[in-house]
Amino acid sequence: MSAGHHHPIYRPADTPVHRLPPQCKLAAVVAFAVFVVATPRERVWAFALDALLLAAVAVAARVPAGAIVRRMVIEVPFVLFAVAIPLIGTGERIQVLGLSLSAPGLWAAWNILAKATLGVVASILLAATTEPRMMLLGAERLRLPRLLVQIATFMLRYLDVILDQMRRMRIARESRGFVARDLRQAPVLAKSAGALFIRSYERGERVHLAMLSRGYTGEMPTIRDISATGRDWAVAGMLPCLAAVTALLAWSTT
Amino acid sequence: MTSGSPSLTVSRLAYAYPDGTQALYGVDLTIERGERVALLGPNGAGKTTLVMHLNGILTAGHGTVEVAGLAVRADTLREIRRRVGLVFQDPDDQLFMPTVREDVAFGPANLGLRGAELDRRVHDALERVGMLDAIDRPPHHLSFGQRRRVAVATVLAMEPEILVLDEPSSNLDPASRRELAEILKSLDVTVLMVTHDLPYALELCERSLIMSEGVIAADGPTHALLADERLLAAHRLELPYGFAVPAQPG
Ligand SMILES: Nc1ncnc2c1ncn2[C@@H]1O[C@H](COP(=O)(O)OP(=O)(O)OP(=O)(O)O)[C@@H](O)[C@H]1O
Ligand SMILES: [Mg+2]
Repeated sequence: MSAGHHHPIYRPADTPVHRLPPQCKLAAVVAFAVFVVATPRERVWAFALDALLLAAVAVAARVPAGAIVRRMVIEVPFVLFAVAIPLIGTGERIQVLGLSLSAPGLWAAWNILAKATLGVVASILLAATTEPRMMLLGAERLRLPRLLVQIATFMLRYLDVILDQMRRMRIARESRGFVARDLRQAPVLAKSAGALFIRSYERGERVHLAMLSRGYTGEMPTIRDISATGRDWAVAGMLPCLAAVTALLAWSTT
Repeated sequence: MTSGSPSLTVSRLAYAYPDGTQALYGVDLTIERGERVALLGPNGAGKTTLVMHLNGILTAGHGTVEVAGLAVRADTLREIRRRVGLVFQDPDDQLFMPTVREDVAFGPANLGLRGAELDRRVHDALERVGMLDAIDRPPHHLSFGQRRRVAVATVLAMEPEILVLDEPSSNLDPASRRELAEILKSLDVTVLMVTHDLPYALELCERSLIMSEGVIAADGPTHALLADERLLAAHRLELPYGFAVPAQPG
């Protein structure tokens, strides 16, 4: 019935990075991003160092560069935004290839691009080495709001069911001669979307009843033990610590 | 504790949905410990509505439900839900956790079990339905029949007093249908099974109830009820084409 389940971003393997408890990796990535953002943008070498740190993680986790680059399309909106800033920015202007660009605008663009890229790559590495399910358990461990974690858990579980329902509705539409050719067909699609919403909503109600039937009282029991040792935290902590050192060096040199 | 009481006693149970539809008009039935009973009846007879009362998802408008001597009331719900294992018709509604192991553990963990005892419950339940191999797989990777079996395991893990199944054989291919029958026969719990599959009722349950328009219209040996053509016709029940009730219950 359901059309196979895959999280193409996750790359199963057995490396030290994969084995780390998810909460350690999550915390490490967040801290890393914070230190990168705190690094002054003029110290280009500091960002190169941060990039090297991530490269080392990628090697340890055996995530090939190609896989990372393919996932980076998520960054495209940032890139477009960054390209626009030097064109429309004010202040001192410099000439590049006959274009008059704003110097502060260029720095702002670099700032966004460099920091966003490092953050995105760190997140990709996290996702490539941590099953979505484990990520959520880790989030719960880090005391993220339980309700949010539960919602995400259900989305993960029912994504395939809903996609499958969508596929069946599309087949039903098309087998009755519907072709989505231009905008005039939009009302039909909108109605299908509405029906899908109602079906999903009703499913949610039935799932809730099933949960109540098995003694659910509003809190998910934690079943899987994913506790982290001091060593786990120390290993995962290396990445943000080195990024913090880099940021400190960048601030103290002029 | 209450081993003398029947597994299930329903008396004068009436219920109307909030929109005014009267679904149950006074249902009386008793199921003894260890019995396997089929609940038959046409679409809209009120079978699912009755089932939802058995573990307090719906609360009686009138009348009472008792499980092993304990009345279903707001303050007994927790214990009632431990005693009544409900298997829903669509296993996708029942299996909501990311892995089979976590799903089967959900119920007993809500009862407060942890650690080795929890693991034992999960293993035993999956073993009884022959799905131990799938313990670490996500439910949506399983076939429909396998999901139905895991759904049965999720309630077996709570070690219920009575197992209630809503149309367990629907959408199963013949082999899965037979496998499920074997599992149900091998269990030593009280079973109440809602079904439109009359041969299945005959195979699994010595006794059947016919529900019609919100009341229990007939109660007796499955064999006798299914042999009574006039009774079946009066309640929109039909044996499959070519199926004849064997002369002697076997
Ligand atoms: N949520 C609801 N709101 C209002 N009326 C309902 C609701 N659910 C069921 N009913 C009505 O209650 C009556 C009994 O329905 P019920 O679902 O219990 O029948 P059933 O015996 O399970 O039928 P089926 O064999 O089709 O599953 C029907 O008339 C139905 O239309
Ligand atoms: Mg029903």
